[in-house]
Amino acid sequence: MKSLAELEEIRKKTLEQISLRKGGNGMRVVVGMATCGIAAGARPVMNAFVEELNKRKLNDITVTMTGCIGVCRLEPIVEIFDKDGSKVTYVKMTAEKAARIVAEHIVNGRVCLEYTIGEADK
Amino acid sequence: MRDLSLHLLDIVQNSISAGADKIDVKICADKANDRICIEINDNGAGMDESFLKEVLSPFSTSRKTRRVGLGIPLLEAACTRADGGLDITSVRFKGTSVKACFKISHIDRAPLGDVAQTMVNLIMGSPDIDYEMELDNIKESFRFSTAQIRQTLGEVPLVQYEVMMWIKEYIDEGIKNIFGGLLDEIIG
Repeated sequence: MKSLAELEEIRKKTLEQISLRKGGNGMRVVVGMATCGIAAGARPVMNAFVEELNKRKLNDITVTMTGCIGVCRLEPIVEIFDKDGSKVTYVKMTAEKAARIVAEHIVNGRVCLEYTIGEADK
Repeated sequence: MRDLSLHLLDIVQNSISAGADKIDVKICADKANDRICIEINDNGAGMDESFLKEVLSPFSTSRKTRRVGLGIPLLEAACTRADGGLDITSVRFKGTSVKACFKISHIDRAPLGDVAQTMVNLIMGSPDIDYEMELDNIKESFRFSTAQIRQTLGEVPLVQYEVMMWIKEYIDEGIKNIFGGLLDEIIG
């Protein structure tokens, strides 16, 4: 049985980590989660980002969702904002692509060009 | 949509866009009457009567990116396909209530799906909203509330990975305890 006591444990453990994590790199991963995105499979994509970031202990990167981005035929769509606000839009996402984007783009700073919206529309 | 949890994820987004800061989700399975209902109540902006009348049409939407909105029509189709129905009531500036009912044993009823994951995604997407969840099978019920969890956590954010995992497992257990063996489907 899961209990609130366990939650208290988690609280104690994470409190120590939090103080180490101030002033991160401030990247943001935004997943399109409107009807179109959900139907196309955005939920597993979002989960893949969360898991992959946690595996690499990249706790300062936020993963959130937004409504319809406007190109429903290319869903699931993920936007990655870096700390100065510039954006890369990835389209037709899958969980596998998400893992690669975390490794290449978020960790190493190399945009995965072949998954971007610019490539898809060529 | 493949399952009911994805519909839930989709419909709650409407509550969030309507500016709600308190969203209650209730799932009630009544085996004796062969009915499962999912109810979402929010305290968002609500709809006026004229919009409420048209809300079931795919051509009414509040979004700006395009002229169609399929969330509610898809849910309604899923309900009627499974011998159920969709009921929406709303009061402008008070909030909206959406109730989707299905016949449990109907061959076309979509499976419940991963409700816990839906809640985790919703919390992750808007951690400042107060979510409450109630699972009910007439005999027993299970409750979950982010306000309570926030209280226990203090300054640790809800979106912390370990907390999210805990919430996922906690709700999963609730689903198994309340709906296990009840819905003619394999849960979890």
